[in-house]
Amino acid sequence: MSPSGTPISAADVAKVARLARLDIDEAQVVHFTEQLAKVMGHFSDIDALDLSGVGAMTQPFPLVNVLREDVEQPCLDTDEVLAAAPSSDQRRFRVPPIIGLDD
Amino acid sequence: MATIPTTASGIAAAIASKKITAREVIDSYLAQITAREPDIHAFNLVTADAARAHADAIDADIAAGRPVGPLAGVPIAIKDNLCTHGVETTCSSKILEGWKPPYDATVVSRLRDAGAIMVGKTNLDEFAMGSSTENSAFGPTRNPLDTSRVPGGSSGGSAAAVAAGFAPVSLGSDTGGSIRQPAALCGVVGVKPTYGLVSRYGLCAYASSLDQVGPFATTVADAALITEAIAGHDAMDSTSIPQPAPALVASVSQGVAGMRIGRVTDLPAGAEPEVIARLNEAFAALEAAGATIVDVTLPSLSYALTAYYLIAPAEASSNLARYDGVRYGLRVNAVDTNSMYGATRAAGFGDEVKRRIMLGTYALSAGYYDAYYGKALKVRRLISEDFERAYTQVDVILTPTSPVVAFPFGDKVDDPMAMYLCDIYTIPTNLAGHPAMSVPFGTGAHGMPVGIQVLAPALGEAPMFRVGGALENAAGGLK
Repeated sequence: MSPSGTPISAADVAKVARLARLDIDEAQVVHFTEQLAKVMGHFSDIDALDLSGVGAMTQPFPLVNVLREDVEQPCLDTDEVLAAAPSSDQRRFRVPPIIGLDD
Repeated sequence: MATIPTTASGIAAAIASKKITAREVIDSYLAQITAREPDIHAFNLVTADAARAHADAIDADIAAGRPVGPLAGVPIAIKDNLCTHGVETTCSSKILEGWKPPYDATVVSRLRDAGAIMVGKTNLDEFAMGSSTENSAFGPTRNPLDTSRVPGGSSGGSAAAVAAGFAPVSLGSDTGGSIRQPAALCGVVGVKPTYGLVSRYGLCAYASSLDQVGPFATTVADAALITEAIAGHDAMDSTSIPQPAPALVASVSQGVAGMRIGRVTDLPAGAEPEVIARLNEAFAALEAAGATIVDVTLPSLSYALTAYYLIAPAEASSNLARYDGVRYGLRVNAVDTNSMYGATRAAGFGDEVKRRIMLGTYALSAGYYDAYYGKALKVRRLISEDFERAYTQVDVILTPTSPVVAFPFGDKVDDPMAMYLCDIYTIPTNLAGHPAMSVPFGTGAHGMPVGIQVLAPALGEAPMFRVGGALENAAGGLK
């Protein structure tokens, strides 16, 4: 059981895979659901803790704004960066159509 | 040819005083790589030609009387999740295979400025997610002390490289134990510095509030030397502590007389009996060396595993969104961008990375955020407060590094929870942001090495290295 009271389901796993842009097939959904349910089962241990009045800790030390002087500095070489891309065109990254051809 | 020293400090001194050349040193280490690397697979890439050329340049500088850096001629292996300009950096993932970064990580440029010579990029669990290197897309690294066993992970290649004599020192990264656990399993020294002491610029991010770069070495003094070389403020990392690198090498030989060493009375169970026996011997050795052992309690420690395996995957699910087939690495072509993302990421990521991305996405998703991620952040606060309380009573805390010695391949790979339990003693430090190190201390089951972990408060590297040095002396007496 998870802290929310219900174990993770195959439908949950299929949904998060979609949200995370991971194409996984039905057999993998079953496989991952089994593994993730076991891992999340362990997480119920923190249900025993009284966390009222405890502040969330997102970082080891408080973050502060870091600013630098607004002066021009060298940046990465555009040609070198584009050379590492799967596809580029007119000094830009090239991607497939944003909207599917059959939409 | 003169004998090649086995330590980084010895090598640097011998080269600077012209007893040996940098070329002789690098050729000796490359010969060892040629001989044993086929059995170990510590490296994703060996940069032999560049290393020889770098060594020749250093020798030319020394011959001409030009000044050289404090690590001039010291061979070093670099974990393959640290960016190296123009040199393939893969994170042991198919999604980055072939990628040549357009810049160097700050730690890489600092080591080069100091004269250290990179011998290669070391294998890891894909994106540093794992405790055995079995999650590498390019095959596991084998433990040099017993090739039927894992070297630990995720920095298993860096630990194995030092243990096999491929380099006197190496760099790894530690998010939940990824330097200290493989150091323990391979019988070498491993250090995770205070969060923010070492720049993360150019470290491929896994969990940004936990990640920290640190060294592996055969001696505590060498580990201190490399920590000094890579530490200190970097404007390219907004979480970098705005202080210069501390002096640490001198601490190693200062002894522990008068120090207060914490013994955790409510340490989470699960360690092998031999590991607990070595820990008790370590306490006895430090007491004999003049330290006082003080009992402390860390009641929230047993919840650290849950907090970590919610926080780290949550951060990873966000950090790894950048691998989308657009700007670098693998692309699987499809009719539209959305299908391209899904197909690319499915083909490029291995199972453990997918598990953690899905776990993190779930923990952050609407309706579950408060129950999982929000709760984990509060547990993180409790653990941090436990440490703060303990450090009002003691200078450092001693625990085992790993509950188990190096295990055989395949032992835990199909059971994620069993693998995660390897990190039970190393994770709490990352959550708090404190420094910790693993020092080899005798052997456990199957004659495999045991590591003792020294934990210290934030920026407590100096007392940590004092205790590390004392443990090393005592361990030498055990042999």
